[in-house]
Amino acid sequence: MSTAQGQLNNTVTFSVVDGPGNRFVIFLQGCNFNCVTCHNPYTIATCTNCGVCVGMCPEDALSIEDGPLVVVDAVACTLCDVCIAVCPTDSTPLSRWVTIEDLLAEIRPVAPFISGITVSGGEATQQSEFVAALFAAIKHDEHLSHLTTLIDSNGAASLEVWNRLIDVMDGAMIDLKALDPATHVTLTARENDRVLATIEYLAQMDRLYEVRLLIVPGYNDDLDTMHRTAVWLRSVDPSMRIKLIGYRSHGVRSEALHIPQATNELLEKLALVLADHGFAHLTVV
Amino acid sequence: MLMDEFVDKARAIVNDSRLTFHQRRHYLAALAENALPYPTVSAECAEALNKEIISDLFEGHAPYRPRYVLPDYELALQQGSEHLELDPPRDLDEAITFLLILYTQIPSITGYPVYLGDIDSLLLPYVDDVSDADLRSKLRLFWIALDRILPDGFAHANIGPDDNRVLRTILDIERELLQIVPNLSLKVDPDRTTDDVVSDAVRTVFATAKPHFVNHPMMVGDLGADYGVVSCYNSLKKGGGSHTLVRLNLKEVALTHTGPIDEFLTGTLPHFASLNAELMSARIRYLVEEAKFFEHDFLAREGLVRLDRFSAMFGVYGLAEAVNILMEHAGLEGRYGDGGEADRLSYRIIEHLRAFVDGQSMPYCEGADGRAFLHSQSGIDSDLDVTAGTRIPIGTEPETFKHISTVAPHHRHFDAGISDIFHIDDTVRNNPDAMVDIIRGAFTTGMRDFTFNIDSNDFVRITGYLVRKSELARFAEEGERHSSTVFAAGSVANSHVTDRATKRVLIHEHSPRPAQ
Repeated sequence: MSTAQGQLNNTVTFSVVDGPGNRFVIFLQGCNFNCVTCHNPYTIATCTNCGVCVGMCPEDALSIEDGPLVVVDAVACTLCDVCIAVCPTDSTPLSRWVTIEDLLAEIRPVAPFISGITVSGGEATQQSEFVAALFAAIKHDEHLSHLTTLIDSNGAASLEVWNRLIDVMDGAMIDLKALDPATHVTLTARENDRVLATIEYLAQMDRLYEVRLLIVPGYNDDLDTMHRTAVWLRSVDPSMRIKLIGYRSHGVRSEALHIPQATNELLEKLALVLADHGFAHLTVV
Repeated sequence: MLMDEFVDKARAIVNDSRLTFHQRRHYLAALAENALPYPTVSAECAEALNKEIISDLFEGHAPYRPRYVLPDYELALQQGSEHLELDPPRDLDEAITFLLILYTQIPSITGYPVYLGDIDSLLLPYVDDVSDADLRSKLRLFWIALDRILPDGFAHANIGPDDNRVLRTILDIERELLQIVPNLSLKVDPDRTTDDVVSDAVRTVFATAKPHFVNHPMMVGDLGADYGVVSCYNSLKKGGGSHTLVRLNLKEVALTHTGPIDEFLTGTLPHFASLNAELMSARIRYLVEEAKFFEHDFLAREGLVRLDRFSAMFGVYGLAEAVNILMEHAGLEGRYGDGGEADRLSYRIIEHLRAFVDGQSMPYCEGADGRAFLHSQSGIDSDLDVTAGTRIPIGTEPETFKHISTVAPHHRHFDAGISDIFHIDDTVRNNPDAMVDIIRGAFTTGMRDFTFNIDSNDFVRITGYLVRKSELARFAEEGERHSSTVFAAGSVANSHVTDRATKRVLIHEHSPRPAQ
């Protein structure tokens, strides 16, 4: 068993929205994007142990006295999330280091109820060695090997990283935040060249479970952009599964609250563009 | 009852504009029965009955028909009925007509049949030469007739466990008609019932909140291959039934208790359990020995029910409150459903009850080797501040996996039925396979019978992000939405009437008395 440790934000025991069937979802801490529209901004940075949150905790559940790390008293913590609200770096003191065995112990009792595991985040590929070791452990466990292993990713990992995962990963759901490079930088603070390369590579390796298009009104919701996106996606794989996700303001930072939420009418209209390009496996949420 | 009181009550029923003719007649009959003296029981038993620590669910003072009757419809179709002057049916039309006639003749506490049979296996012998279109048309009319002729939400049909045309057509018709009647259970055998059938049933749940999912191998193990799920998820032997259902209010039992928890298990609980058993025994004797149901009813004469297939149901409810009361008395913090000591106490209570019921002989209960069946009773409309059966109180249920893990250990003890309802985000509508996974998982933990309530709220995870507990806390009032019962929500939505108007469909067993 690998002794690797991963920095975990949280797990969701039953999820019906993270891939096929019912799934156990692992949210790792830390992301290399900084999306305007992020629903869980406290998963972006790793904790720097600056200690700002320690004095603010209304339950006195945080301490830093015994060492360099912020320590959480899990019994005293009421999950009120004041620490997240005051964090200067988009992180949380509630993330924790876990071993592969820690996660397997959580997965084992749930295994009869699920089709598989999805690792999300944060950005799962930021901890690709840990994820690869976890998936390998699942594939080698006689009680867990039937579970499918999926990654939910922003697609920014290098091909070297995907190569590390490819043999133990059944597929990945990749977000394409924008086809236009400038819009992508506006929305995520990063270029999209690696995202496009990832989608092409995973499609070629038969590991592209799904491409997700987040529709953000005012940024990437015009018909022409969708048309060009559809043309590019079709050039990669005309039979790929696509999920069209409307932007919602749930959990976003205050600077994103001015962005209007995507309406069902808008999403249906954009879905028609994809359908016109022959995409049959379309979901709109 | 004094004559004046009788007259006043009869007048109130006769003049109640909210009741249909049939409902008035049903309540008048109950009033007349209740003018008779109760079967003789000890003073202690009568007192517990008066205080509603034990309850006969207003079955009536002089039992003249069993509470639940599960006729052997298969035998009836084979041999016809002398009493009803019907020959064995030769085709699908005749079989459907035969069953509709027979249903109207089945006695029960509510006056409506609680069991309509394993409808797919009953009709399969008649459908070989029927086209798909004709089958759907005929079954659709049959289903409409059931809802209009038997307007009771606990008239219950069974389907499964094997895939077949009748089962598939019924699920399709259910999704079209959205009727309350009949209630429906799918028998699931993990080795025989395909994912495709379960998925079809799951999509039916999305539309109608039916069917319930039943652990077929577990039922066969407890009751034999010939069993039915009837009424409010009671499992009993086909060709038999249950004479009576008397239930023990565990909350009230706990409230009478002083002293350590162990003394509750060895003293207070068996004391009231024996009073519950005494009441059952007295009611059974009256039915069999005085009213002589099994000597004169045509179902018994024609072999469609047999006394040796009968037993009686020992019901319990209010386990959650009982556990919490005992924990509080003992100065312990846990509460039922939190995964700790309280849950372990709940298992001990039910294990003790099961051992009591197993060791208590009961007259005319050869269907269960001379004892009663244990049943987790899911409540009637007058139950206030007490939780149905062994369920976790509405609004305090943990997440689904913990919910299933908490209640599953109870299920094996309740051979005459138990049901739990799990809440699933309505995003599952886009992913029915997820529910198939959960159903299969639930059966591996020993769940006997359950269904799903598809829930929506502002903080459902629509896509793969996290929802924080602090966000949920701000919307804590959401819990109140859960508290509208499935029954009430279903009846109102489906009958398009308010409380002030006459309701065509009632759940008579759930509302055994006229509204006060």
